Amino acid sequence: MTARALLVLAGLLGAILATSPACAERLIVSVSNHRVTVTPNYAGEELVLFGSVERDADTPPGRTNYDLVVTVVGPRADMVTRRKERRFGIWINSDYRQFLQVPTYLALFSNRPFDQIASPEVQRRQQLGLNNVLLMQRVSGDYADVVPDDVFRSAFVRLRTEHGLYREETSAVTFLTPTLFRTTIPLPAEVPIGTYNVEIKLFTDGALVTKAGTAFEIVKVGFEQFVANTARQNGLAYGLVTAAMALMTGWMASIVFRRD
Amino acid sequence: MQLYLPIANIPVNIFLVLAMGAAVGFVSGMFGIGGGFLMTPLLIFIGIAPAVAVASVASHIAASSFSGALSYWRRRAIDPALALILLSGGTIGTALGVWTFTYLRSLGQLDLMIGLSYVVLLTAVGTAMAYEGLRAMLRTRRGGAATLRRPGSHGWIHGLPLKMRFKRSKIYLSIIPVIFVGLVIGFIGAVMGIGGGFILVPLMIYLLRVPTSTVIGTSMVLTLVTMIFATLLHAVTNHLVDAVLALILMVGGVTGAQFGARAGQKIRGEHLRLLLGLLVLAVGIRFAVELVIRPADLFTIRESGGAAP
Repeated sequence: MTARALLVLAGLLGAILATSPACAERLIVSVSNHRVTVTPNYAGEELVLFGSVERDADTPPGRTNYDLVVTVVGPRADMVTRRKERRFGIWINSDYRQFLQVPTYLALFSNRPFDQIASPEVQRRQQLGLNNVLLMQRVSGDYADVVPDDVFRSAFVRLRTEHGLYREETSAVTFLTPTLFRTTIPLPAEVPIGTYNVEIKLFTDGALVTKAGTAFEIVKVGFEQFVANTARQNGLAYGLVTAAMALMTGWMASIVFRRD
Repeated sequence: MQLYLPIANIPVNIFLVLAMGAAVGFVSGMFGIGGGFLMTPLLIFIGIAPAVAVASVASHIAASSFSGALSYWRRRAIDPALALILLSGGTIGTALGVWTFTYLRSLGQLDLMIGLSYVVLLTAVGTAMAYEGLRAMLRTRRGGAATLRRPGSHGWIHGLPLKMRFKRSKIYLSIIPVIFVGLVIGFIGAVMGIGGGFILVPLMIYLLRVPTSTVIGTSMVLTLVTMIFATLLHAVTNHLVDAVLALILMVGGVTGAQFGARAGQKIRGEHLRLLLGLLVLAVGIRFAVELVIRPADLFTIRESGGAAP
């Protein structure tokens, strides 16, 4: 019994030490590409995140039971989830929920299931897993996240997951050595343009030891960027050029196929 | 070959889109219609957002109707005066339509409105056309002459004031119903992303009693101008016109239209009307089924603006 009590005490001590400013471990991470460019032949990409756990003199010797959780958060936007209902014999959008500034892309990767990494309380506080990530909703004037099994919330997460825009993989992070790790970040073709923040959290014995952050951006370049910017900023000129293009195409066709 | 569309923000297979443009172009050339009512659903089907599809198809229809209008102009089969008056109504209608489109989009009922109007319009027009074509066919089979125009008959339309003589069409008609027809077509075109040719042609034949010699050419001019106008308005208000997508559609469309026009000349008029009627009806029924049958997923997500930069 006393041995177990000591073990608990040691664990607690470790946890206190870990959360204290003088961290025993440090994370060094990098992604394979900090700037993903969208060109005409862009069809999605896969980034590699790699890093290592740097240990120093304060690190308890023999501590190698590390757990890692990588969270990739894409640009945020307001989104509306609507539910269809049968009214007057046809299916129409009736009820809806507004999600405020939620990530357009969200990926959660870890080396093993979240419930093995930390207690439910820590999972909730550290937002581990799609069920614990904060998705702010406006519910009739109030701002709040709701329970994970709320129909609108789960439908929202399910639809985003179906498009590959939200993902949760609890075996995606692999430790190459006890301190060296890597994971891949798949970006489907329809991922939104913008800045993506990556947060890497290191756990040991169910407690957060340290965390690190990095970022990458997805940008349209060249022709794609030119077209998108013009459409947004010079709507009239863009429309005129498109209309002129239509007339040119039509005129050329009538010349090419003229039969007299 | 995949190509990333800069406004729709998805990659598409360029040959698939070209083929779709050509197929719809063939149908449009054959029947003398824009083909938007086929193109927009096809684009939505391959994963392009409905709003982008509607806005981009407008410029595609402009291209194919311009190439058609040019050849009709050479054959003197366009009534400029009639086109001008239809246009004055069409312009107002298009502006109202784009405004309604923007408003419905903010309400979240755009998909429903597009779906509902497709069902109502397509089934009604399709049924009427197929029925009329069938009757004309039976009449010719029995040996009677298939006449569309009864010169002596005067409906309530002819009792309206502000009459005007349309020389090339050889009709004497009040401009009120002409403006009204233009307005309706402009409105429908902008909201549904269709040229409205398949509604305009029957309206001109049966309501305004425009002779068949000038009806298709004149309707193409109206389609051309309203679609150019719709392209501009969609570009300015919604920023959703995908020029790259539009260009691929145009190239496929105008090419297909030329072959369609040749094929169309080999088929008898009433057969053409029956075929077009059945086609329109089929698309309408497809939309009706979609509205009535329980959708596979009851939930949908849309970005509601206010996106972070």
